[in-house]
Amino acid sequence: MSANGVVRIASGQGFWGDDLEAPVRQVERGPIDYLMMDYLAEVTMSIMQKQRARDPSAGYARDFVPLMERIFPRCVEAGIRVVTNAGGVNPEGCAAALVEAGRRAGVAGRARVGLVTGDDLMDRLDELLAAGHELRHMETDAPLATVRDRVQSANAYIGAGPIVRALGMGADVVVTGRSTDTALTYAPLMHEFGWSADDHNRIAAGVVAGHINECGAQCTGGNCMIDWWTIPDLADVGFPIVEAAPDGTFVVTKHEGTGGRVTAASVTEQIVYEMGDPATYITPDVIADFTTIRLEDDGPDRVRVQGVRGRAATDFLKVSIAYSSGWKATGTLTYAWPDAAAKALAADGILRERLERLDLAFDEIRTELVGWDSTHGALAGEPPPDLPEVQLRVGVRADDRGPVERFTREIAPLILTGPPSVTGFAGGRPHAQEIMAYWPALIRKEAVEPHLTVRVEPV
Amino acid sequence: MMRVQLVHLAHARSGDKGDTANVGVIAYDRAHYELLRQRLTPERVKEHFGPMVSGAVERYELPNLGALNFLLHGALGGGGTMSLMNDAQGKVFSTALLRVEIDVPDEVARAVRGRGRVPEGWTPARRHGR
Repeated sequence: MSANGVVRIASGQGFWGDDLEAPVRQVERGPIDYLMMDYLAEVTMSIMQKQRARDPSAGYARDFVPLMERIFPRCVEAGIRVVTNAGGVNPEGCAAALVEAGRRAGVAGRARVGLVTGDDLMDRLDELLAAGHELRHMETDAPLATVRDRVQSANAYIGAGPIVRALGMGADVVVTGRSTDTALTYAPLMHEFGWSADDHNRIAAGVVAGHINECGAQCTGGNCMIDWWTIPDLADVGFPIVEAAPDGTFVVTKHEGTGGRVTAASVTEQIVYEMGDPATYITPDVIADFTTIRLEDDGPDRVRVQGVRGRAATDFLKVSIAYSSGWKATGTLTYAWPDAAAKALAADGILRERLERLDLAFDEIRTELVGWDSTHGALAGEPPPDLPEVQLRVGVRADDRGPVERFTREIAPLILTGPPSVTGFAGGRPHAQEIMAYWPALIRKEAVEPHLTVRVEPV
Repeated sequence: MMRVQLVHLAHARSGDKGDTANVGVIAYDRAHYELLRQRLTPERVKEHFGPMVSGAVERYELPNLGALNFLLHGALGGGGTMSLMNDAQGKVFSTALLRVEIDVPDEVARAVRGRGRVPEGWTPARRHGR
């Protein structure tokens, strides 16, 4: 906590694959108290699950370990604590690698690693189903039993409780599995300010702070639509820092001298990102009402956030389940002027006819022309007649691998056997990918929470 | 009244939850929020997207932020890992909504002309020779 009672929580990663230098800048370019790093998205858990299936020591955000090796000494010296869900589907493996990295970085005996487990429901799945937890799909209402034999991973989205416990036990770095993105920000605030579980408005404010922080630079000028061409120095974009007060109000800012821009408008763009019903933003710890947020510019690159109200949480946790659901592949070719779009569409027709003659059964074949309609569909209108080039992009999906594999061999032949002026095949044949589909469900808290464990060990 | 493309009146950001895309539409000028609220009905948005959105369109209001949030169900070809779309996670679905045209008073149309687009003559700083 800083002298004026404010706790500064910096965001270092908005997803697995984000700017590797951002967390380094956050710990080196100015004072902060916590560094939160969100590595997980719906799709990420299924990718990690695939990696763990191939290598039991994998299944977490591997980038996190060498990153910590770089910044661990600075964090220890400056008293910066790190909270992350880098553990993915293998938090134990992540924490073990982190301890090793800490030793290599020379912080042995000076830092403690906290590990949160128990979100992983895979080993308990049959027991849970037998006990009447149907884990129905939140959109289709189908019970999980319909795909049980294909389930690859199942993780409950867990809240702040175990992170607060780990911080209370003196952890300097807390590694979790499927913690909610927002808890990585509001758990440290609950720990620092001693907010109680029924302090709904303050925790809801922490949730809003977490939602703003969780996508990194997406609230400080990155991917920002408003006047984007005037946003300075995105090459050195500052990631967000939440300066929170004990009463639940906070300021969103970034380190001085960094690029990007923080305004009420840039923060609003992040607030509406991945938003459902804004009055009912459900987390494990509180329901936040985003229609009560008041934003106010508070000097250059500073936005004050206040007024947030919340109410008691539900009795459920969301569960993120991944299950095998067939195969897919996507192939691309580039067609050049003149009549680029006409050539690409003709090539697509030839490809589809060949797939039919081969008697390949697909659940879906999708054709898009990148450079014309791949993002706006029919709203893109007719292709401009003098389009300099266009990329044909064809995707297929099937239950079985066979037809998808055969499809991956049908793209290259179009170069010599289809319409002219075609290139862009240097990357080689497309790859058939196994689909890990997403199955969101709810589970009663009492089926998960008693199984959550917190362990803190020295480096 | 004049027809104006939404891109001149609002900025937007989109994301995904499964097969549902969300588009948050934010008025550039808070004074235009009510106008957007009246014109951008869920029915109008559903009509705009046509077959691109197979399910329902829901709308939520955030007057505190001058914003409307649309949920477009069945917009992402199955969503996430299932989808064959280039924009499988609906990251730029927002921009497709900014194409919609709405009727606004003449003085509003004049005031917002050119807003939301790169100014004429502006070019990005290039580091590669071209």
